[in-house]
Amino acid sequence: MRKFFTLLGREVRSYFYSPIAYVVLVFFLVVSGADFYLQLSFMNGKPVGYSVQEAFFNSVFFWFAFVLIFPLITMRLFAEEFKLGTIEPLMTAPVRDWQVVLSKFFGALVFYITIWIPTVLYFAIFQWVTKQPAANSLGAYFGAYLMLFLLGMFYLSIGCLASVLTKNQIVAAIISFCAITLLFFLGLVSFILLDVSSTTRQLLGYFSAIEQMGTLSRGEIDTRPMVLYTSMTIVMLFLTHQVFQSRKWRL
Amino acid sequence: MIKVENLTKRYAGHTAIKDLSFEVGKGEIVGFLGPNGAGKSTTMRILSSFMPPTAGRASIAGFDIFEQSLQARAHLGYMPENVPLYGDMRVTEYLDYRAALKGVPHRRIAERVGDVKELCGLKDVERKLIGALSKGYRQRVGLADALVHEPDLLILDEPTSGLDPNQIRQVRELIKNLGKQHTILLSTHILPEVEMTCSRVIIINKGRIEASDTPENLLAEIRTAGGVLLEAKVGSDNGAEELKKITGVRDVATAADGEWQTFSLRVESGADVREEVFQLAAARRWSVRELSQRRATLEDVFVELTHADDA
Repeated sequence: MRKFFTLLGREVRSYFYSPIAYVVLVFFLVVSGADFYLQLSFMNGKPVGYSVQEAFFNSVFFWFAFVLIFPLITMRLFAEEFKLGTIEPLMTAPVRDWQVVLSKFFGALVFYITIWIPTVLYFAIFQWVTKQPAANSLGAYFGAYLMLFLLGMFYLSIGCLASVLTKNQIVAAIISFCAITLLFFLGLVSFILLDVSSTTRQLLGYFSAIEQMGTLSRGEIDTRPMVLYTSMTIVMLFLTHQVFQSRKWRL
Repeated sequence: MIKVENLTKRYAGHTAIKDLSFEVGKGEIVGFLGPNGAGKSTTMRILSSFMPPTAGRASIAGFDIFEQSLQARAHLGYMPENVPLYGDMRVTEYLDYRAALKGVPHRRIAERVGDVKELCGLKDVERKLIGALSKGYRQRVGLADALVHEPDLLILDEPTSGLDPNQIRQVRELIKNLGKQHTILLSTHILPEVEMTCSRVIIINKGRIEASDTPENLLAEIRTAGGVLLEAKVGSDNGAEELKKITGVRDVATAADGEWQTFSLRVESGADVREEVFQLAAARRWSVRELSQRRATLEDVFVELTHADDA
């Protein structure tokens, strides 16, 4: 366990050594800040049937920024170690393969959670300035952040798998970007194609991150996405581990 | 300390090492020699558990590298070729991290890292970013990393490649000192270095062991054990023909520099023909300006063993 935390410590710190961390942080602050500002201006004009918090987590802006950050966070995880050759001192130290895989995944998860911390401030400031709550209930905050956590976990594990497949970071980024966007837009099919059968539409609805976010950010804690994303994350990490182990035989 | 039995590694298309077997005993410093592509790095990478062999087995400190890889790795300090390091970490920070990763107890990390920094001459750069270090310092960080958990065995893949002569001398001294407490297997291209530091030499070529012995024995065994150099004015005589008549001389090569001719004599093992050469020159009234014996070096052994197939 100690070795896992040693590895995790290095993973988390390495984010803040690289310029990527700051680029992602700034990009995300700008987009989410703009999102928050625009939603407020819009709501200022006329009465609407949803809260500030719901508006924030369900806008196009938000999803746009959301899908983009995962390749940026995960592309270097394994690919960089392969490219620089630092995988050699790493794997000749007495560490197990799964310790390395999990430390990289949790390192990315810690950084991902860090990105979201400033958004809590938006709601706090809103409440402080307007003396009105930004959400209908505390459960709505909980649901929205839970959804971010679950979906983030899944998308990060896809990024891990993409990064372990190649030693080129750009290739890793493209693979994970395509996979994530594809999965994400699968949920949009029911909005775009009007003539799909209701069964297909319902099935796709189960995978639609947008619909799930709509539910959870209202404060309805649905357990289906929890099971879906937790199990899918485990599958992805298992695959990552398998690919990582198989590298020895491909050398 | 190291036991290798019938180790074979095949890559797609070619065989890097074939049926390699050798042992390294406790306290030995063994030089691993061979031309590029002979399989040195492959062997070392297998021993360090970085990749598995296609066939055969090996153990380190009694632990099988495949079945008990973690224990084997814990007893081993490995320095890969070209020393890949995280450029974004500082020297002390990196060594602390590596020490923890290799299981040095928490309260001993500061002491161990301090010791290896002292030993490898890293005190001046301990706060620098590794990415900003020169090649020589990077090499020392790699060595400090290999040493930090006090391993019984060190495997160093070309520890002096890319260093300047002063740095090579420093690293050599360091390895000699380390040899007092550690067993060392090192690969290198710099042959005088092996003669000076190693107690035994293993020469491999095309994946097979060509020789494994002490440097002294290898030199004694080699057929062309050095030679004699004569530089003389022989006038109208055919110097080469005359010299060949001396018993013990196998071959004479001639080079002319105006009136002066240089004769390089290859002699039988153990023969010293300098006196006969002098007597001949005196009898023929040749003017001599140089007569010397050239000692065989490990380089001659290396060239003979690894070029045998091409000749």
